[in-house]
Amino acid sequence: MCPKRMAKRAPAMQQLAAPAAGTKLAEFDFKVLSGLNDPKAVAYYTANYVRQRINEFKPTRKRPFVLGLPTGSTPVEVYWHLVDFYKRGEVSFRNVITFSMDEYVGLPRSHPESYCSFMYRHLYDHIDLRPENIHMLDGNADDLAAECQRYENKIKDVGGIELFLGGIGPDGHIAFNEPGSSLESVTRVKTLAYETVLANARFFGGDVNKVPKLALTVGVGTVRAAREVLLIITGAHKAVALAKCIEEGVNHMWTVSVIQLHPSAMVVCDEDATLELHVKTVRYFKSIEQVQEQLIGRQNISLKGSISRLSGYDPGQTYRVAVQQPVADVASDPETTGESEDGTDDYDDEEYPEEEEQDGDQNMTTSSSADMLASSSSEIKGTSQNGSLVSAATAGNPF
Amino acid sequence: MPEISCPITQFYNCRVLKDHKLVEDYLYVQDGKIIDPEKMFWDAKRKPDFRIDCKGGIVSPGYIDVQINGAYGYDFSNDTDIIEEAVSNISKGLLLQGCTAYCPTTVSSRPDVYHKVLKHLGPREGSIENGAAILGAHVEGPFISPQKKGAHELATLRTAKNGLEDFDECYGLDNLRKYVAYVTMAPEVEGVLESIPKLIESTGINISSGHSNATTAEASQAFKNGANMITHLFNAMHAFHQRDPGIIGLLGSSDSSSRPFYGIICDGIHVHPHSVMIAYYAHPQGACLVTDAMSAQCLPDGYYKLGEMDVDVNGGRVYIKDTNTIAGSIITMAECVRNFIKFTGASKVEALENATLHPAQMLGISDKKGSLVHGADADLLILDENLHVQRVFIAGVEATKESVKFSEKM
Repeated sequence: MCPKRMAKRAPAMQQLAAPAAGTKLAEFDFKVLSGLNDPKAVAYYTANYVRQRINEFKPTRKRPFVLGLPTGSTPVEVYWHLVDFYKRGEVSFRNVITFSMDEYVGLPRSHPESYCSFMYRHLYDHIDLRPENIHMLDGNADDLAAECQRYENKIKDVGGIELFLGGIGPDGHIAFNEPGSSLESVTRVKTLAYETVLANARFFGGDVNKVPKLALTVGVGTVRAAREVLLIITGAHKAVALAKCIEEGVNHMWTVSVIQLHPSAMVVCDEDATLELHVKTVRYFKSIEQVQEQLIGRQNISLKGSISRLSGYDPGQTYRVAVQQPVADVASDPETTGESEDGTDDYDDEEYPEEEEQDGDQNMTTSSSADMLASSSSEIKGTSQNGSLVSAATAGNPF
Repeated sequence: MPEISCPITQFYNCRVLKDHKLVEDYLYVQDGKIIDPEKMFWDAKRKPDFRIDCKGGIVSPGYIDVQINGAYGYDFSNDTDIIEEAVSNISKGLLLQGCTAYCPTTVSSRPDVYHKVLKHLGPREGSIENGAAILGAHVEGPFISPQKKGAHELATLRTAKNGLEDFDECYGLDNLRKYVAYVTMAPEVEGVLESIPKLIESTGINISSGHSNATTAEASQAFKNGANMITHLFNAMHAFHQRDPGIIGLLGSSDSSSRPFYGIICDGIHVHPHSVMIAYYAHPQGACLVTDAMSAQCLPDGYYKLGEMDVDVNGGRVYIKDTNTIAGSIITMAECVRNFIKFTGASKVEALENATLHPAQMLGISDKKGSLVHGADADLLILDENLHVQRVFIAGVEATKESVKFSEKM
């Protein structure tokens, strides 16, 4: 164990993780899921995430969980998993309200490619979602503008969307917000880009002429207004879009890039979708996860990526393990001197992140300390320190 | 359209026979009909009120038997004095077997019998009270060939040299119109071939060729004239001969659209399993499984009546007493379906459709019976993996031994 090295590392770690209490480690989470069946892993991860979010939210009739849902071939597998979870009794949609993202204009509802039909077939028919809690855009409404307005109002009425699931098109569109859509747009009628029409022809017997050219869609602004956005991106054909979305600036030609401005967004993608990203980018995001899991411990990360608590973080013992040894070294750092002394006292909110970093430093350099942390995890829970950490996390959590 | 306020029942955990496939899906029933749940979901914001766990079973339309002479001791041609009692008990008994619709079949009889009996064999809805639905009578004979009379009584057979008049005199055209689903006749019998179009036009019945010595040419002509079915293929017709395959030859018609439906008795006695296979390979879309059951169906061995003949039931075989002429079967539809798979190696879907969709198509009622399309009658079976009937539903209501009481003839 070399205290010197640790001290040098510390600032670097700070930059990498730099977590303020209760915020995410990055502006948006970025999960790259690899494996043989990448899209399947993505679907499972996403479904599992939705399940946990709903369960953590504990929706009631008065406080329902409002979910925005897309259609498409990637989301469909998410729905199958959700149906599975429901059938196994692992999630209930009894108090979930859904809003669909978009709908073709003029396509009969009974048409198998209508989004009503799609959602019914793959999700609504199988779960305990109440029909009255389902909101779909009516592409056959007499007054389409009024229909869009109604939709926006409805979203406001239920208190906004808690979690918006979305996919993206190869041209970076989210919902039917084709390139050039205003980033402030709300629900409205859109003309589909030719590329989208071509891409969707496969659902209409390969006949481009049968594909509706107009659609109702929630706006980019509508998606932004959701309290959380989760994007599912799979396949090499969407790699350029993903790169544009997270490596370049916010741009209305790649409407999905707007998630950069979102305080709580997550991209779940497979390896193929990262093909156009810089190696550095991918590694960076992967390393965040590594840091989270190895240094902080998965059990301490809340679902949405914030550090919810430090369970297994024995103030006394950890203090010894994490602080005692490097104490001389750390003491030389004016920023952390006071903190080691405070270690046994009640922490207040501000101190929490520093503590967390220390923990990180320690792990970074000593493989054994990770074991120690793990071994102590079951011993210390619910101490007053721990309690204050939880509240710190909650207090700092913007959601 | 069903009443929108009626409760909706969902069958789940099942594979539904739909579009020639077994699909893992739900089936929704409301007010005795199969409904489009999506419409109900979006328009009425309704979810199912009741759910029925099919335990992984197959949901099939109920079986349709278009040829059955009797069961449980009753015989449609013989029990003319207690015909209502016979119909009621047979209907209920068949329902519990999984046969949710049928055509009560009469053997060749004298005109007075038809005038007396047919009005009791007319179409009636299936229900717990009625038992299986009746699709109208199947009148077999008496315009059939004396050489191929089978177990029909020779004295009753006749010709139609006066055309439609003879049919009117024999059955009463009005009776045909109201009560009869289809009539079996021999195309070569004088007057029959020419009368077929007129008969169809004036009464709307279906015509089947059977109990006949017709050549392939005659049978083809009958088909062209409108006879769309063959009654119990291979039985009571001249055997396949390479230069004149007779009625059987219709299955080999080069134009597949001119191959008729055919009833086939899959008891392994009337028709050799290999013959079933040959017929099925020639024309799979035309196969209709029939029992041709007589009054001893579901009863122990012994002496019984078929029309006015005495028959001897012994170990699953039915002979005219003291002869070796077979005279109907005592098999059930469910056994026919299982036998069919055994004989031909056909898929479950194919076997089930032979007992459901094809007979309904033959009678032109596949939008209501024999299929699970939206709007069809909710006459359903839940079957296990080996196609044993587990549960039976008629017009959306479960039929059980407790809810459907019937008795055998004393």
